[in-house]
Amino acid sequence: MIAIVDYGAGNLNSVKKAFDYLGAKVVVTTQPEAVAAADKIVLPGVGHFSALGGLDNTGLRGAVLQGARAGKPFLGICLGMQWLFEGSDEAPEFTGAGIFAGRCRPFPSSVKSPHVGWNSLAVRESSRLLRNVAPDSFVYYTHSFQAPVVAATTAASEYGAQFSAIVEQENIFGVQFHPEKSWTVGLLILKNFCEV
Amino acid sequence: MLTKRIIACLDVDDGRVVKGVQFHNLRDAGDPADCAAAHARDGADEIVLLDITATSDKRRTMLDVVSRTARGLFIPFTVGGGIRELSDAEAVFEAGADKIAINSAAVKDPKLIGKIAARFGSQAVVVAIDARRANGGFEVFVAGGRIPTGRDALQWAREAADCGAGEILLTSMDRDGTQAGFDCELVQIVADAVSIPVIASGGAGSPQHFIDVFRNGRADAALAASIFHFGIENIGQLKRELHAANVPVRWPC
Repeated sequence: MIAIVDYGAGNLNSVKKAFDYLGAKVVVTTQPEAVAAADKIVLPGVGHFSALGGLDNTGLRGAVLQGARAGKPFLGICLGMQWLFEGSDEAPEFTGAGIFAGRCRPFPSSVKSPHVGWNSLAVRESSRLLRNVAPDSFVYYTHSFQAPVVAATTAASEYGAQFSAIVEQENIFGVQFHPEKSWTVGLLILKNFCEV
Repeated sequence: MLTKRIIACLDVDDGRVVKGVQFHNLRDAGDPADCAAAHARDGADEIVLLDITATSDKRRTMLDVVSRTARGLFIPFTVGGGIRELSDAEAVFEAGADKIAINSAAVKDPKLIGKIAARFGSQAVVVAIDARRANGGFEVFVAGGRIPTGRDALQWAREAADCGAGEILLTSMDRDGTQAGFDCELVQIVADAVSIPVIASGGAGSPQHFIDVFRNGRADAALAASIFHFGIENIGQLKRELHAANVPVRWPC
């Protein structure tokens, strides 16, 4: 069972629908107990980094971190990926999980923000999420802040500068784009996560 | 590299896709779920579904259509028409939309933009603006293009962005349905004035029109309805031509 963590940030229907389509057993939950009982954890999220405050106030943060530390496959999507870093300039009062070093920052002023649309993936390292995905495939983004490229970055995208598109380290995975909205490429990435 | 988006628009009346020339002479182009899936397979980057009648007795029909269309669609899906308050938006999101488009209701109450953005994020709020050339500028019309507001489109786009809109869907009423090309001047002045993406709409008729609106209009995305429904222009063919003209597009996809 995959737990999709619902901490009150936006609309999780699309994420659930994509896993349903793949035949995965998923539950959307607000309960720390359900997160603890799941085999895999998905942390979605769109909008403002402060929405992650919903994790802190509900006991979900502890359940998610505990699961991740125990080696359960974890996938952060968009804000959920940014949460894996130390924090974000978007809401400095909230701290991320700090699994990856660095902070999320706005895009350079040379480009429009938010970054909305389909951008290509530049693969940097061997990636389990990108198994059978063609090089330079396009994925759908919508975000105003971006995570830095770090040692765990397996794919980057370019918008004003390079930023982390995918991070992977042992059981921890994060994608800045929306795989549930990235057509067949996105479904393949989610399928690869299901099979980790 | 960020690519220019090609968005297929389905104008829906009472559960069926229709498209008029300048909002009249509607023709039936089929079932919304089938059309959306076909466009996605052809290479559409997004689907926009506009409920062009949006009378209250048809809301339930519309939510069913949204739900059926969303089920097998794994690209961004925007729904507009008849969204007057937060609860309308909630119902549409619940049915499976990723973004909502609001037009008349936002002009009437710009705070609605922020209310929906606070609940679902700015990325989920598209403000649709219907504009027509008037007195050397561009005037905003509401109620499906029927009612002039006296408001300037450029100023309204700026205000909508400040209120928390995630994108602007900008339709030239002068060009809508004519297939005479996008109004690049309108698109360019708005695209240069706001930092959020601008989707150009109204007037698509040939691949060159898309090249023009991306190059000269500086549009982030371009939307078309009628040309894609009747086989006049296949999205895959359009993207091949844009790619050949060095416009960055998601192709092959």
